[in-house]
Amino acid sequence: MNILVPVKRVVDYTVKVSVKPDGSGVDLAHVKMSMNPFDEIAVEEALRLREAGKAEAVTVVSIGPPAVQETLRSGLALGADRAVHIATDAAAEPLAVAKLLKALVERESPLLVLMGKQAIDDDSNQTGQMLAALLGWGQGTFASKLAIGDGTIEVTREVDGGLQTVELKLPAVATTDLRLNEPRYASLPNIMKAKRKPLEEIAAADFGVDLTPRLKVVTTEPPPARAGGGKVADVAELVAKLKDEARVL
Amino acid sequence: MTTLLIAEHDNRALSPETARALTAAAQLGGEIHVLAAGDGGSDVAEAAARLNGVAKVLHADAPVLAHGLAEPVAALIVSLAAGYEALVAPATSSGKNVMPRVAALLDVMQVSDIIEVLAPTTFKRPIYAGNAIQTVETTDAKRVITVRTAAFAAAGMTAEPAPVETIPGPDDPGLSRFVAQERSGGDRPELASARVVISGGRALGSKEQFDQLILPLADRLEAAIGASRAAVDAGYAPNDWQVGQTGKVVAPELYIACGISGAIQHLAGMKDARVIVAINKDPDAPIFEIADYGLVADIFEALPQLHEALG
Amino acid sequence: MSDAPRRPSPEPREAMEVDVVIVGAGPAGLAAAIRLKQLEPDTNVVVLEKGSEVGAHILSGAVIDPAGLDALLPDWRDEEASLGTPVTDDRFLYLGPAGALRLPNLVMPPLMSNHGNLIVSLGQVCRWLAGRAEALGVEIYPGFPATELLHDDQGRVTGVATGDMGVARDGAPKATFTRGMELRARYTLLGEGARGSLAGQAIALFNLDAEADPPKFGLGLKEMWQVAPEHHRPGRVQHTFGWPLGAGTGGGSFIYHLADDNRVAVGFVVHLDYANPYLSPFEEFQRFKTHPAIRPLFEGGRRIAYGARALTEGGWQSVPKLAFPGGALIGCAAGLLNVPRLKGTHNAMFSGMLAAEHVRDALAAGRAHDELADLDPALRAGPVGRDLRRVRNVKPLWSRYGLFGGITLGGLDMWANTLGFSPFGTLRHRCADHAALKPAAACTPIAYPKPDGALTFDRLSSVQLANVHHEEDQPVHLHVADDDLQRTSEHGVFAGPSVRYCPAAVYEWLPPDAGGSDPAPRFAINAANCVHCKTCDIKDPNRNITWVPPEGGGGPNYGAM
Repeated sequence: MNILVPVKRVVDYTVKVSVKPDGSGVDLAHVKMSMNPFDEIAVEEALRLREAGKAEAVTVVSIGPPAVQETLRSGLALGADRAVHIATDAAAEPLAVAKLLKALVERESPLLVLMGKQAIDDDSNQTGQMLAALLGWGQGTFASKLAIGDGTIEVTREVDGGLQTVELKLPAVATTDLRLNEPRYASLPNIMKAKRKPLEEIAAADFGVDLTPRLKVVTTEPPPARAGGGKVADVAELVAKLKDEARVL
Repeated sequence: MTTLLIAEHDNRALSPETARALTAAAQLGGEIHVLAAGDGGSDVAEAAARLNGVAKVLHADAPVLAHGLAEPVAALIVSLAAGYEALVAPATSSGKNVMPRVAALLDVMQVSDIIEVLAPTTFKRPIYAGNAIQTVETTDAKRVITVRTAAFAAAGMTAEPAPVETIPGPDDPGLSRFVAQERSGGDRPELASARVVISGGRALGSKEQFDQLILPLADRLEAAIGASRAAVDAGYAPNDWQVGQTGKVVAPELYIACGISGAIQHLAGMKDARVIVAINKDPDAPIFEIADYGLVADIFEALPQLHEALG
Repeated sequence: MSDAPRRPSPEPREAMEVDVVIVGAGPAGLAAAIRLKQLEPDTNVVVLEKGSEVGAHILSGAVIDPAGLDALLPDWRDEEASLGTPVTDDRFLYLGPAGALRLPNLVMPPLMSNHGNLIVSLGQVCRWLAGRAEALGVEIYPGFPATELLHDDQGRVTGVATGDMGVARDGAPKATFTRGMELRARYTLLGEGARGSLAGQAIALFNLDAEADPPKFGLGLKEMWQVAPEHHRPGRVQHTFGWPLGAGTGGGSFIYHLADDNRVAVGFVVHLDYANPYLSPFEEFQRFKTHPAIRPLFEGGRRIAYGARALTEGGWQSVPKLAFPGGALIGCAAGLLNVPRLKGTHNAMFSGMLAAEHVRDALAAGRAHDELADLDPALRAGPVGRDLRRVRNVKPLWSRYGLFGGITLGGLDMWANTLGFSPFGTLRHRCADHAALKPAAACTPIAYPKPDGALTFDRLSSVQLANVHHEEDQPVHLHVADDDLQRTSEHGVFAGPSVRYCPAAVYEWLPPDAGGSDPAPRFAINAANCVHCKTCDIKDPNRNITWVPPEGGGGPNYGAM
């Protein structure tokens, strides 16, 4: 069984983004980029499945400009066997990404696609579900535990108020939540070895997918500042306000 | 135009998220139908019918819908979609699970997690974990939308319930099977997802005092426990309780900061809480600038009083 | 805190043999790497960088003298016109408490002129250099600090090892534990910048400073602003001295208008030989911005980045021997900054290139691990030596004669040096910076104004704009050798200067633990705030704090500083 792990290059999670004063978007100049943390968890889980003998090979794929090859190399340094770069300069929306991934899945025939539940830039939380829909596969989203069975996979999902476990027929798509695992470090020897691992480049145009955006971004602005500054005189007033005004008790 | 709102429920009761998402759906204009898809669930359908602004409730009742699995629920919604211009669900774990599947099957780019409706096709939504707000306009003929319910007030009730129409459930696509459901609870809730978080700072002075003052309140409020980095560094609280830029980022309904001055790194981790309470004896502490309810008091007096007042 | 972290049991490390390993992807290291490849494309060159990416830990003004770039990559002007903005307007101001006096450019010594220089983000320059180096086949590995020198049985340096990752705060290995790697090299070049930790070890081990004066340092603080368009003057460079520093403390400000996005770099340098432990370089910087001649520039503007870094100020007299058995110091690890010009990038690049040339000759001769004996004479006779020698007396004159006398005499000395001589011969640096502090009892506390959150800020909101990130669960990377000494002397005698000299709020003195058995104040180290400026390693009055590299990738993430 092969596992396909789509990974996205995003602004590093440690960077505090700032919105451009003209409202045209978030300032990405000179900003550190790295692999979407949820995708890193997906890579880690795929590697663990391979190391446990449940999978033969792990392929990472990313869509975007040449710079995403850096992200793919990080995936290879973590331990993926090969990488595919679907090259395009267009910013693809989740629906278009899902369509490109579907085309790749049809070529690669993995039994499992493992990916982050959302990217920390646009926070859409859609691509995995969309890919499953387009492929007609089952989906196990927000996974905190995976167990491969015989032609099936059991996914324990983080849902509001608890955990839900579902069994999916393979092939399937699973998306990762934070608690699934703690990713390993890419060691220096492995980063060096990753330079020699195969990385295939395919033009997005070769898949014949229409990448035209469906959403028009009108403007991007900083979040409104919190009002704050309210005071209460004593504990009694605090409790009363929390009960009657804020209604949180 | 007509909007289909997907009800959030557990087959027994309608979740309050639905009434909030209804408010957003109403702002799209046009008639609103609610889909109550489940197993049994006639109480859910009736509750939905009593929400103000609902024109009709579709009640799909089938065993395959019992656990809200994405594959059958999405199939059902897609089968109804022809009659609707907009499909709306609360951005709960089930809405987030099902709606993108629906959107892809309809060849629509979903608008996730909207916090404001500016026009029937134009919405505000947070990106970068709320550090920026994007205004987007959809060009798709049909709209698939999930709603961040905390951003909308709940719709009211009406004395004249809307009609409930029973519709058939979908065929089982045979892709997925429910295995188990486990409620969290009993133990302390997870810090990252708790409804209430009570956090302690270095002013607590020692691990013993941290435990003595914070733990009983957390039990009483069924709250998760957080801590400032200073308190963690001082050894009053374990590493994984740390709230802040480098620790956990939380957005509970209620956040109570006790003896925390509010370094910007801490604020970055909790500023999105709906209600922030700060108790600190320094009236100049920066935490008061973002607190909804600030109490200038010695935590060693205020916290036992609070515990007592909560009964 | 003085408990030495328990090292995980040393399991063997993977090793790789290379021709040359270079520590630090700054201007010196990258120039050395590029030069090596230009001279002999088959040389195997690896560069290690502790920042999460090239440029992440680079903080500089910066107005650079492009002489280094011209010598290394003469085509830079054709290819990358966007690398910097030429200086078109050069101003030097003396600030009093309420007014400012502009010094006529005519009296300024030619050695301080900025004609022909470039305003750049040095981080961006380094990223560009890294791209060129990689195109030549240099392997650059960001996120991997070199933490150990490797030695052979004769004590010669045979390479470096990177640090272990995934070590818990108490020193125990975590589930993610990953052993470091050995890079065994025929020659090792240390280009870690001011107060490098491996450079420090090499200097001590091989007595490289035996004939040098004590090293001298300054602390540079910098903010990047986006100013209102009507205040933006691309190409303008302005330096000030005087207020808010008192006559006994050296330092001054810089303001550089970059070309794009209405960006203005504003910074402040405080010489670390200051005496009053109550002095706070950070707050002097904040106060500086409130001067009536300065404040208007920032009205309607927005601060977008912050950082701090120690810089070397010792110059000619303090430069240690560069070559040691198996390698050499390059750049500001050796302290090659020209202080009155406030420029070091060109010298860093020249020193890297020169070291590369000597390494190439050694490699070609089949040598390894020996001393590059001709390097030091060549450095002192070449462009670096000439640049530093001419200004060698300026800093000692500042230290000896205070603000006015020092500046005047320093200026005269530079004029004289332009003509080829110095009336002062060579003046010595008299004491190391840490020894300059006076006991608190002999000094007056300084009351700094509260930040207003618009023009002036506190440390923590500043640190946030440095995008600092460290793995929280790792050993504290600021080692206090003796807790009692810290308590009795640093706190007891000197009133805790660390709380004030640290520009990132790493250090705090806290009241005793409530209910604890220990009635003494506690020294808290918020290591995760550290911006890797190294000031504590320099200025602690007892040299009781040692800065070591934390887990790889930790530290600030400067975008374009």
